[in-house]
Amino acid sequence: MSSANHTLTTEAPWVRRALIAVALAFVTLFLLIPLIAVFWEALAKGWELYLAALIEPEAWSAIKLTLLTAAIAVPLNVVFGVAAAWAIARFEFRGKSLFTTLIDLPFSVSPVVAGLMYMLLFGAQGWLGPWLAEHDIKLMFAVPGIVLATVFVTFPFVARELIPLMQAQGQDEEQAAMVLGASGWQTFWKVTIPNIKWGLLYGVILTNARAMGEFGAVSVVSGHIRGETNTIPLHVEILYNEYNFVGAFACASILALLALVTLLVKTLIEWRIARQREGAKERTLEARLAPVSTH
Amino acid sequence: MTIDIRNIRKTFGDFVALDNVDLTIASGELLALLGPSGCGKTTLLRIVAGLERPDSGQVLFSGQDATHTHVSERQVGFVFQHYALFRHMTVFDNVAFGLSVKSRKERPSKEEIRERVMKLLKLVQLDWLADAYPSQLSGGQRQRIALARSLAVEPKVLLLDEPFGALDAKVRKDLRRWLRDLHDEIHITSVFVTHDQEEALEVSDRVVVMDHGHIEQVGRPDDIYESPATPFVTQFLGDVNLFHGRVDGGSLTIGDYAHSLGQQHAGQSDDAVAYVRPHDLDVSRVADGALAAGTVEHIHAVGPVVRIELAQIGSGETIEAALTKERYRELGLMLGDTVYVTPKKVAVFLKDQAQQDYVI
Amino acid sequence: MSLLNRQHSVLPGFGLSFGISVVWLSLIVLLPFAALVLMSTKLGWSAFIATVGAERVIASLKLSFGASAIAALINAVFGFLLAWVLVRYPFPGKRFIDALIDLPFALPTAVAGIALTTLYAPNGWIGQYLAPLGLKVAFTPLGIVIALVFIGLPFVVRTVQPVLEDLEKELEEAATCLGASRGQIFRRVIFPAALPALITGTTMAFARATGEFGSVIFIAGNIPLVSEIAPLIIISKLDQYDYLGATAVAVVMLGLSFVLLFAINAIQWWAARRHGGGR
Repeated sequence: MSSANHTLTTEAPWVRRALIAVALAFVTLFLLIPLIAVFWEALAKGWELYLAALIEPEAWSAIKLTLLTAAIAVPLNVVFGVAAAWAIARFEFRGKSLFTTLIDLPFSVSPVVAGLMYMLLFGAQGWLGPWLAEHDIKLMFAVPGIVLATVFVTFPFVARELIPLMQAQGQDEEQAAMVLGASGWQTFWKVTIPNIKWGLLYGVILTNARAMGEFGAVSVVSGHIRGETNTIPLHVEILYNEYNFVGAFACASILALLALVTLLVKTLIEWRIARQREGAKERTLEARLAPVSTH
Repeated sequence: MTIDIRNIRKTFGDFVALDNVDLTIASGELLALLGPSGCGKTTLLRIVAGLERPDSGQVLFSGQDATHTHVSERQVGFVFQHYALFRHMTVFDNVAFGLSVKSRKERPSKEEIRERVMKLLKLVQLDWLADAYPSQLSGGQRQRIALARSLAVEPKVLLLDEPFGALDAKVRKDLRRWLRDLHDEIHITSVFVTHDQEEALEVSDRVVVMDHGHIEQVGRPDDIYESPATPFVTQFLGDVNLFHGRVDGGSLTIGDYAHSLGQQHAGQSDDAVAYVRPHDLDVSRVADGALAAGTVEHIHAVGPVVRIELAQIGSGETIEAALTKERYRELGLMLGDTVYVTPKKVAVFLKDQAQQDYVI
Repeated sequence: MSLLNRQHSVLPGFGLSFGISVVWLSLIVLLPFAALVLMSTKLGWSAFIATVGAERVIASLKLSFGASAIAALINAVFGFLLAWVLVRYPFPGKRFIDALIDLPFALPTAVAGIALTTLYAPNGWIGQYLAPLGLKVAFTPLGIVIALVFIGLPFVVRTVQPVLEDLEKELEEAATCLGASRGQIFRRVIFPAALPALITGTTMAFARATGEFGSVIFIAGNIPLVSEIAPLIIISKLDQYDYLGATAVAVVMLGLSFVLLFAINAIQWWAARRHGGGR
């Protein structure tokens, strides 16, 4: 509130300035410079080469595959995330904490191990491999495998955002809707979804960012067939290892742009939520002070 | 230790929290700062503590200017509304904190600290909880620990910010009495902030009533209650009926009724307000000396006092009177009866002059 | 659903939502895990020891966990500092920095990997200044640490930040009134309150770092016995169709990360029990 107030519970100005300087230097060195370097290297040889690197057929097919993967994986995990959050945040049942722990499991598994698990399940020498070969179904080293691996690594994101949010909101509003005669689906669409929409959007953009950028798990199951099973991150790797730096960084810059958009949307959502909360706080404060000012 | 507050002014942006406040707090007294939220009482307390710096003015401790002394050197004990106990420390460590942060030269030995902490815990009757964590205590126990913690450094002043505000009604009542007893035992100059007039009147030696950054009145609890100095104080201290009228030649005229105020009231005004508390209002079937007439609208006869609500004839405003059971039976009041109200005591304030008188 | 002993609720949809989530969980997560478990049962004890005990595997596990530990410690220090500065001090560009903290979450790991490699290569923006000092970063274990610091930073900042935000100002005022100096308040009031979160965040950064692949392989140089990380061993075994060997290494990594997960939960349980309940 006032400047005098700050002096009590803060440090001397030179300490403050020194700490801020160290923090900023760290962020610049570890976060900002790598981000700038991506765009710098991509444009090092000019715009023409940059654009050429992007519309080259193999890059283009990698972009299409990445978009396809995200377009399948994200909706699937949204449906799962909402369903899981509904079951966990709205009901009490035995084994709930085990269920919650299992949902988080993919976070604690190395992406490479995740890819390995799918190889052991569906690969040629895997558990279901012979059966799949008999029926002429190819999952590994093909698009379905890439989608499966992506679904695995992005599995918990939506549920993780929604569960605490829905638990904090409680179910009073939904019960009120039921008492007023709404059906289950009406309650869900008209009460639940509007209440969780920002959290849901947040979960979706995190899922999407990870789905488009996943490297380790996809790398194991993809087989690296150029023009067929290469996503953008895998294509970046190939170009980089061939010393085609402009091409590698041009593709990387698309992913970096995606990351920036993700950060922007995330920040906007957070501001929105904070503003809502502040608005509510101000209203209660006004209501509390109002009777006093009438004296 | 006495505390002199001289001409303190404090603003937050456009909001004037304290507008040139003067106050002297006598050594060893228990003083209450009373007022509605936003009146500046907490800001004043925090300025005395040194947690807030005034824009202008001075705070003197025993005649010495302490305005620029840092909080940690003021030797004040401060008790927060929400306790502010250190969650990761046991009750013992919380109380010992102030002693253990002293420089090595001043710090008492381990055994001395232990002895002093246990003595304080006994004083607040919670020595059996020394090893508990704050989260394991009830609200009342936490507040007592917070008090013990502030006393451990042997402060010269004890400042309490709404100390019982976060507690439920019954615990609040117990702690109030306990604080009074404790103060009688250790006699430290103490100031506490409250918005609860009952609490202020019951516990303190003197009460300071504040509103909008001003001090409205300072006095002993019974003085404040019996002779409120301003309309604000009158209204803030409890339920009161308002009558608008005219004062002339020692009598108060309200509509068709005139009421003698006695000799000492020399003022004259066409715009006077008379305040009468419900229990100072008698109900009668005769118009002698009445202030107004009204129709009985509600009768609440639960408990030792019977509360009567009347609709004033003419204005239609509600008048509230509190009668004893005996008086109520004697009158034989029924809903719809037309009766007259006569004040046993009235406070009259004239609009343009800040003058007031009492008739008993 | 009597098996689940569900308590009655007026809200519908338990069967549907629980059904969908359990089926999906089983297909996507549990089935692959079962495959891993099945494969590991085919591993004989001696074969397991022989695979995991091989010099190259031991070196890679040591490297993965060692570099992760160092990176986590660096993140503990700077993550705490960043959280502190972001919560406590106003400065221009604060919102931008706050948003930027999440970059490692949002930026694909491969992109981070090639960017860091280019920067720290001997002729890179940063590497060219370090090379004359005899500091080789890219293609050495030091480079791995740099990549893992990048990956782990937001874990620490984002766990500590809310705790520092929620710390009541009154606690510090109370300590000041009791005569404590600024340093004492930090050491004895603020830091202990934030410590459980700091440990949790650091452990999370550590756990994430041990499994990290994309950002590391470019900068690591992948020299056997020197800068080859455990996930890479799994991949190279897979490339040689040594499924059993890959499984053995994966089981060790999983085992270690479950221990970490358990540790995080234990810390949170301990902190909640101690500071739980109201204020």
